[in-house]
Amino acid sequence: MMERLSADVAIIGGGIMGSSAALFLRRMGLSVVLLERDLCGSRSSGVNFGGVRRQGRPASQLPLSQRAQGLWAQLPQLIGIDGEYLRSGHLKIARSEADLAALESYRERTQDFGMDLQILSARALRERCPWLGRAAVGASLCPDDGQANPRLVSPAFALAARRLGADVREQTRIDEAAHDGTAFVLRSGNALEVRATHLLNCAGAWAGTIAAQFGDAVPMESGHPEMAVTEPLPVFLNFSLGVEGGGVYARQVARGNCVIGGGRGYALDDQRARAQRSGIAALMQQTVDLLPALRNAHIIRTWSGTEGYLPDRQPVLGPSANTPGLIHAFGFAGGGFQLGPAVGAVLADLVQSGRTATPIEAFSVSRFSESPRVATTGPVPSAVV
Amino acid sequence: MTAALQPVIVGAGPAGVRAAQTLVAHGVRPVVIDEAPRWGGQIYRQPPPGFTRSKRTLYGFEAGRAEALHSAMTNILDRVDYRPETLVWSAEGGRLDVLSHGRMGTLPYGQLIVATGATDRVLPFPGWTLPGVYTLGAAQVALKYQGCAIGARVVIAGTGPLLYLVAYQYAKAGARVVAVLDTASFKDKALAAPAMLRQPAVFAKGVYYLGWLRAHGVPVHQGVRLVRATGGAQVTAMRWRAGAAEHEVACDAVAFGYALRSETQLADLLGCRFSYNALQRAALPERDGAGRSSVPGVYLAGDGAGIMGADAAEWAGERAALALLADAGKAVDAARAAELEAKLARTAAFRVGLERAFPFPQDWAASAPDELVICRCEEITAGQLRQCVQDTGAREMNRLKALTRVGMGRCQGRTCGVAAAEILAHACAAAPDAVGRLRGQAPIKPLPFAAMARANGEAA
Repeated sequence: MMERLSADVAIIGGGIMGSSAALFLRRMGLSVVLLERDLCGSRSSGVNFGGVRRQGRPASQLPLSQRAQGLWAQLPQLIGIDGEYLRSGHLKIARSEADLAALESYRERTQDFGMDLQILSARALRERCPWLGRAAVGASLCPDDGQANPRLVSPAFALAARRLGADVREQTRIDEAAHDGTAFVLRSGNALEVRATHLLNCAGAWAGTIAAQFGDAVPMESGHPEMAVTEPLPVFLNFSLGVEGGGVYARQVARGNCVIGGGRGYALDDQRARAQRSGIAALMQQTVDLLPALRNAHIIRTWSGTEGYLPDRQPVLGPSANTPGLIHAFGFAGGGFQLGPAVGAVLADLVQSGRTATPIEAFSVSRFSESPRVATTGPVPSAVV
Repeated sequence: MTAALQPVIVGAGPAGVRAAQTLVAHGVRPVVIDEAPRWGGQIYRQPPPGFTRSKRTLYGFEAGRAEALHSAMTNILDRVDYRPETLVWSAEGGRLDVLSHGRMGTLPYGQLIVATGATDRVLPFPGWTLPGVYTLGAAQVALKYQGCAIGARVVIAGTGPLLYLVAYQYAKAGARVVAVLDTASFKDKALAAPAMLRQPAVFAKGVYYLGWLRAHGVPVHQGVRLVRATGGAQVTAMRWRAGAAEHEVACDAVAFGYALRSETQLADLLGCRFSYNALQRAALPERDGAGRSSVPGVYLAGDGAGIMGADAAEWAGERAALALLADAGKAVDAARAAELEAKLARTAAFRVGLERAFPFPQDWAASAPDELVICRCEEITAGQLRQCVQDTGAREMNRLKALTRVGMGRCQGRTCGVAAAEILAHACAAAPDAVGRLRGQAPIKPLPFAAMARANGEAA
């Protein structure tokens, strides 16, 4: 017997994008059905590094990122838990004078966005961070950036949406998605049919297929950022760390475990990914160079996830170019966790009024139809956090 | 050895040694990797060189089997590539990731026999993290490997065949066993007797241990429930319940366990298909009668793929090696293969009896107090797990792990996974097979950064 639902908005994908959209839509009073193939927040949204940073993003993302920064400040009111969110500061390390110059230039270019970036000389860095390895010659500090626990935060957005009345369906795979002239019609086998006026495509690394079905083909690739964690250690790392040029990033959670990331894992299949040995080896080496104190620590677990990347490493966020009522939010290239709450808010704006005060033009899906060949800017999982 | 035939055996216990012996007998030189410094596995673990206790003292009734297994390996050492003190921590793309003497490396394999053995199945009780509380297996290791007892006044608790064996070994070694606390009842054992008689020798040994303990004044209490261990810097007493009455005995050490659980992480990382085994109350890698897993070229033998005991492990190791050889086009003795499969089938029937004689305490999860620590690495209590189920609707092990950290510590769920799954299933009123199993994630055991600094790439 086919169960039939109808709603103002159907959302495909229960990651942080889809779940926060569901939450904000419910706050506006719209009816929402959220459809998640697995468990909400169990994929990239739940297994990413947990960086909550603005620093390092292209200027085009900073208005969205600033809006997110404001929402992160209200996290307990939004989702009912603190999610281990901590404004520890984000320290971006330079390992050469050229890297330091790049950090200084970034600071110049982004002064209007209120990040209050501070450039630290090698000497200032030694004083503030005596645990840093010799490789660091300077750094840029964003004092109000931070970190959170994605395993807790992303599922909590879905739970919060559900508490506000969203109909959240987990382990529900969408096999058919179409528009019949009056509404979007989604089917999960013979079990469920959902009709909705609006459709949000928040299907992460798997969103390209859905976009293509509605005429918005995009050149999306999957990438698999690789991460590892140590046993609990005495707390010493008081910032979330990145390095200019990428390669390694690290943070220490309150319990003492150091979470580190860098390099790429590999796909086991369409859905699952795993860390790989070459990546683990490089990550361990780079980590010890950055944080010599970890020389005598152990890695107790490694993991990876499946994340969507577009050639320009910018997301797609905004209305479909071909199907009215369809709005996309995917391709966050490993940097979506911090943006998540703001993306949800923007999606809700777009559903409610067709407009949003947050600039999102750079993320239009039509950029791919206008110029089908966009230069690739780097290896696939280059920018993560 | 041809390029196509490049077998690696992981584990040098009863299964691994017999597999190696069988390959050598067919002119094949396997690599044998083992975490221990000497072969024998856990059950026939050898003391370090220089220790002079007799095999009779070390292994009791099993001395003959231990001797046979040890010498089987000794006799083929010049025809195997034996790598002791080597941990397999992952596998990827036809190569094992190994850690040996502080160095990381990889090892290619053509075929793989996974004989990774088992550890104690742990169901915590209040006080189980006190100093002086050990698993039954650990208590045995102390005795067999180092000639040490875990204490002078020892309580042996839990259930399973190991319970009486460890009590017997400790008493023989001169420790005072102040109580054997068996959660299985006498009635359980009486009902199981017909099935157990399929292996009369094993059955007789069990009866002998119990009789010996009673004759030597060791108090044996059956059908009990463990209440708590008490103490401060060291355990000082163990409390249990028999019917409505509670009892306590002073002690300075406790060894406990509830039979064994398979070490399945490597099979999982290799991509072997798993299915739930109701008898063992665990998801296990699937194997056919010969030991073939669902992954071509990967064979499973011994307790690592389901608890069958040491004798069956020897047969399974030999059988898996014969399957490997036959699959590689070598002629093997079909009658011997059939005979081994028949022995393994009879053992499987016997295991049904054994599980009935020492049943899993199905009321454990319901009676675990909220403050009981389930995951000692991450200090997660039963109450926290239950609260998570209530707050989030979690019904699956990996989700429970993500939300609570249970199984996220150094042991990666090897110690706490069984108990956490039981608490979860009970909290959401699901059958134990409905909550899934923890995904295997490398490394199988913690990996030191220092090993990376000295990586030598190729261990081969």
